[in-house]
Amino acid sequence: MTTLLILSEQAPSRYWQELQKEKDEAKDAGAGEGNKEPTTEEAEESNTPKQKKRKFKEKRDQNQDKKCISGKSDPFPGKARIPEDRLQKFKRKEKIKKPPHQHYKLRTMIARSEEASEMAQKQAARFDLLLPEEAGFLEGDEGEDTCLVSQEDIANAVDITSGAKHFHLKLSQFGPYRIDYSKTGRHLLIGGRKGHVACIDWQSKHLMCEINVMESVNDIKWLHSESMYAVAQKKWLYVYDSNGIELHCIRKFNDVLRMQFLPYHFLLATASSTSFLQYLDVSVGKEVVAINTKTGRLDVMCQNPQNAIIHLGHPNGTVTLWSPNQKEALVKMLCHQGAVRSLAVEKNGTYMVTSGMDKKLKVYDIRAFKPLKSYFLPAGASCLSLSQRGLLSAATGDIVQVYRDVWSTPVTKPYMAHRVRGTVWGLHFCPFEDVLGVGHQDGFTSMLVPGAGEPNFDALDANPFRSAKQRQEWEVKALLEKIQPELISLDPTELGHVDRATFEQKHEDRVKALGFDPLAKVKFIPKFKKKGRSSAGHVEKRKKQVAHEDQRVSDPEQEI
Amino acid sequence: MESEDPEMEREDAEDEREDAEDEREDEEDERRRLRLVEAITALRGGRKKPLGERSEAAVRVSEFAVTAEGERQKVQLSDLIEGAQQSPAVPTQTRKQLQNLRRSQKTVEQPLSRQESERVQRDLAFQKAAVHVSRWKSVVTQNRRSEQLVFPLNQEPSGPKPLEKVVTGWRVQTPLEQEVFNLLSANKQPIHDPVLSPAEEASLRAMSLEEAQIRRAELQKARALQSYYEAKARRERKIKSKKYHRVQNKARRKEFLKQFDQMVKTDPNGALEELNKMELARMKERMSLKHQNSGKWARSKAIMQQLELNKDLTQKVRSSLSNLEEQEDRASDPELLPDFVNDAEPGQVSSNPWMRGELSAEPAEAQRSEQEVAAAAAQKEQHEEGEALLRDFESRRKLRQKEEEEQEAAGQDVEDSDEEEGPADQEEEGLSEFRSLFRGVAEGLKEAAATASSAGCSSAPLEGGLIRIRTVEDAELLPPEDVELLPCSESPPSAPQEEAPPTGQKARGSKKRKRNIELKEVLTKDAKTVTVPLAPTLTDTADGSDEELDQRGLIMEAFAGDDVIADFLRDKRKQEDAAKPKVVDLTLPGWGEWGGQGLKPSSRKRRRFRVKVAPAEPRKDQHLPGVIISEQRNGSLSAHQVSALPFPFENHAQFESAVRTPLGRTWNTERTVKKLTMPKVLTQLGTIIQPMTEEELARKKASAAGAGKEDPHKTKDQKRRARKGRKRHQKQLKQGSGRTEGIRCECKVDLVD
Repeated sequence: MTTLLILSEQAPSRYWQELQKEKDEAKDAGAGEGNKEPTTEEAEESNTPKQKKRKFKEKRDQNQDKKCISGKSDPFPGKARIPEDRLQKFKRKEKIKKPPHQHYKLRTMIARSEEASEMAQKQAARFDLLLPEEAGFLEGDEGEDTCLVSQEDIANAVDITSGAKHFHLKLSQFGPYRIDYSKTGRHLLIGGRKGHVACIDWQSKHLMCEINVMESVNDIKWLHSESMYAVAQKKWLYVYDSNGIELHCIRKFNDVLRMQFLPYHFLLATASSTSFLQYLDVSVGKEVVAINTKTGRLDVMCQNPQNAIIHLGHPNGTVTLWSPNQKEALVKMLCHQGAVRSLAVEKNGTYMVTSGMDKKLKVYDIRAFKPLKSYFLPAGASCLSLSQRGLLSAATGDIVQVYRDVWSTPVTKPYMAHRVRGTVWGLHFCPFEDVLGVGHQDGFTSMLVPGAGEPNFDALDANPFRSAKQRQEWEVKALLEKIQPELISLDPTELGHVDRATFEQKHEDRVKALGFDPLAKVKFIPKFKKKGRSSAGHVEKRKKQVAHEDQRVSDPEQEI
Repeated sequence: MESEDPEMEREDAEDEREDAEDEREDEEDERRRLRLVEAITALRGGRKKPLGERSEAAVRVSEFAVTAEGERQKVQLSDLIEGAQQSPAVPTQTRKQLQNLRRSQKTVEQPLSRQESERVQRDLAFQKAAVHVSRWKSVVTQNRRSEQLVFPLNQEPSGPKPLEKVVTGWRVQTPLEQEVFNLLSANKQPIHDPVLSPAEEASLRAMSLEEAQIRRAELQKARALQSYYEAKARRERKIKSKKYHRVQNKARRKEFLKQFDQMVKTDPNGALEELNKMELARMKERMSLKHQNSGKWARSKAIMQQLELNKDLTQKVRSSLSNLEEQEDRASDPELLPDFVNDAEPGQVSSNPWMRGELSAEPAEAQRSEQEVAAAAAQKEQHEEGEALLRDFESRRKLRQKEEEEQEAAGQDVEDSDEEEGPADQEEEGLSEFRSLFRGVAEGLKEAAATASSAGCSSAPLEGGLIRIRTVEDAELLPPEDVELLPCSESPPSAPQEEAPPTGQKARGSKKRKRNIELKEVLTKDAKTVTVPLAPTLTDTADGSDEELDQRGLIMEAFAGDDVIADFLRDKRKQEDAAKPKVVDLTLPGWGEWGGQGLKPSSRKRRRFRVKVAPAEPRKDQHLPGVIISEQRNGSLSAHQVSALPFPFENHAQFESAVRTPLGRTWNTERTVKKLTMPKVLTQLGTIIQPMTEEELARKKASAAGAGKEDPHKTKDQKRRARKGRKRHQKQLKQGSGRTEGIRCECKVDLVD
């Protein structure tokens, strides 16, 4: 009909005129319909949700109508939507409920902080898009078990660079090896029980140094960068640089069996056979604290990367949690009936995996200290390691098994399995690589485990491709951002909380000085009303109407 | 005094004049009198100077300089206007006015003193200045509260400009462009604003003023009507009178019925529909919970009692009889046993030889057997050694059990002195009584049950479910664990493991038993067995301190758990006890009664002098049996925490939520960081920041007014506040009576606007 009309009048000289006309007519028609009952429509005008919706729609229509210079309307007006789950990922705590009466300054302050945090959340969610890499997984054909796929097959199937990451170092002379990868995942440190220590740029297979300390080696650990490492030797703790030159012999740390390095605190935590847990600040070279745990030989140790708490496993089946600020264990959990053999904590600090002499493998929710899953391994697990993406590797004898999703779904068989030559002594997933390093009686084996490493790295935090210059820059920045050991606690967000004990103490003092409680709730006194409305009964009734407010815990602080 | 003086004088003077008119002859007397008057006035003070005639010649003679014709006489108004009264040139109106003026006796007020006048002037000047200055107040508060101030003001916004602006600011330069634009303008095509063609603009301008006015009036009317209607509806809705609503509902119903009757005649189909609707409504009402007497009133006590009474009165008399019969039935039925048969039998260990030691060792055996299955059978030759070890463990365990029992007994003595014993004792008594009875019956029935038990031997352990014992036969049917287990040992090894812990353990104190079982449950939570395709060929020979995993190790491993749990529980209890607030006993022996060796203060006294401490806060690990959480405070962290709430915050939650978002680059995108760390004042380098001018104020006001009209961002809250403010000022206006107050109010109103 419209086309007919236009034909009968005149051909439009511009294409947008035609569009406009059509639209005008449509509008007229709409208006005509609306004109039938204009008063009722106006009568309905109120702030109902329906109305709001309509307004919103109109606004959107307007947005759509808004034309660019080219005359075309934007098909996707406004900002791009952010998926809800991604928003959830970057959420920090819930908003607080607004009390009815607020000081205007408080109101503006809260509103601004809310706005800022919302913006931070949204922006972070929006820019999550910029992490393009995705993790892959090994998938078997129908009826094929992924755990039966051999390493050689995988290495042959993948590209040459990745295939070269599967290799074996045959070092049968100096006994079982402990291993450690640096934080960026580029450098590998191996330490044989009989004194052989070597650091290797394992991707290029370039040997950085190789020494024999002529003493038994209990454990080795990279310090903050690949230029220094610590070796726990028979008696003392030693620090060497990447050329194999001995930098320090720390006599305060004796009989060290296991070590953990807390990268953001620059702390080296050591557990000794004399049941001492000691912390060494490697940035200033001082011992922070030495804690006598009074639990015997400490040869099972791991750290919680989320809150820098050290976990220790004991022969009586318990796992204890330690911070440098407290002389007694923060938490003591009974995990196994036999001794604890190995521990691992997930990157986000949610799950802890333990294995014990009772041949069980257990998964705990470490936030609530509750057991989640329990598995029975036929031969028990002597070493555990968790990858960045949550794969669990467990070594039983000379078999290395890798499990997927041990905490969410009950696992019946491993994701991958591999037999190495000799008993496994050290197990470590390489950061940012799909590689699992295994140190054993016969040397070192690098396994390919698809889906193990985090595909997206934060170049400002740990850049696997950094140059020497960048490393120096990073070192300075990391030192400036070093977190003091006092700030280690079970809940890392506790620093943002008000210190309630001190607050209450101060408040008490204030109440004493003032003679009254300035923060106390005012008791409800009913107003005097005329015409018999202030009779005793009425007053009681009015009091009763607000009585429930006293019972309710309105202050969120009191709730806690 | 002074104010009266002139009047007096004037009166005097008038009298004199009349005298002079009447009796001119008595001039002598008059002069004397005048002299007297003069003398009197002189006595008062020589303030007043006689008005002398001015001698200088001047064009204009001031009216104030005019003196009366006689000497020392004052000029009266009548003297001045006498001529005017007579002359015809003066209009009558003026004459009347003059007469009125003459009649009025009011004197003019004295002028204010210099100080006072200055004060008034100052006051006025201040008010003016205040009005002038207070126009800035809104700007000042706005600036104070704004998140960021950018100086100098009115900077050109940097960054890309919108295309339209660029196009409009562009001038035609080349001849080609001129030609193109000529063409465009000739064809009435848009040049400056390409989005709107002239036709569109014309259509925009189509609505005339009159039309718009009519439309506006219509809208206004509609709005008014709507508001009336709304107000009415609101008022009616608020009426709480039940009677009113009842009457209204009734009227409505009546009207509806009337309409319905009419409808039946006119539109039978519609009526049918209405009828259906009514039926449906009735059905709905019947389905609903209404009229079921489930309300608060109906459930009130009095009504319930009434109903109860009614029920009792109307019920059959038979009920009590039948009850009796039922009881008899139960009693006579020898097969049915009371419920406490299902409870554990505490005293059994000593009485039943089967329960004495073997059963307590049984789960251990089971575990061992499992271990043996897991370990290779090659180590059989070391059995003797293992058995010795086992015996060792056995003795240790028994020792520990005894120890614990003793401890418990001691603990119970201390703990439950007051109330716990009562009911427990009673129950115990009932149990023992029943047990003696039960044994007698059981012996009688043993032969009968023998066949059944032999049959049940194979089935019962396999089923493994929980059976509730109701009859003696049932009890007999239970797997007689001690006797029958040996032939049935081929049953899967998991079955004995699943069975409850030995009865000996059951007999322990209820509290501890519970916890123990819980912990066991936690530890032996059904573990899922994982199958590994490759069997390890090497065992962990190099494990730990090179100890060999032989039979000895295996057994150690198997029995480690027992010690572990008990140790842990002991540890936990110790910690709990240490944290508990202690009761302080302030009893002094020998006060108020005899004291000495072997004499204890009376329990009454002890109770009286015992200071009870408030119970400690519940521990964090109270619901976690396998966890001990330290209750120590982390003092090192508190040095870095905020311990006093900063000013505007009222509670912890507000403050904590305000600081919950980190500011650093590690956690935020660049834009967020910039926004979060935005400086309060931003200035441009090298520019002079001029003070704000009046024009700025005017511009701001205009923009604010423009925004205020149709600003969607103006929140409800702001509007409400604005309204409140206006009201307050109106109130003040009403209150203000004096002139100055009025002015002040005006300036405040200015402020608000």
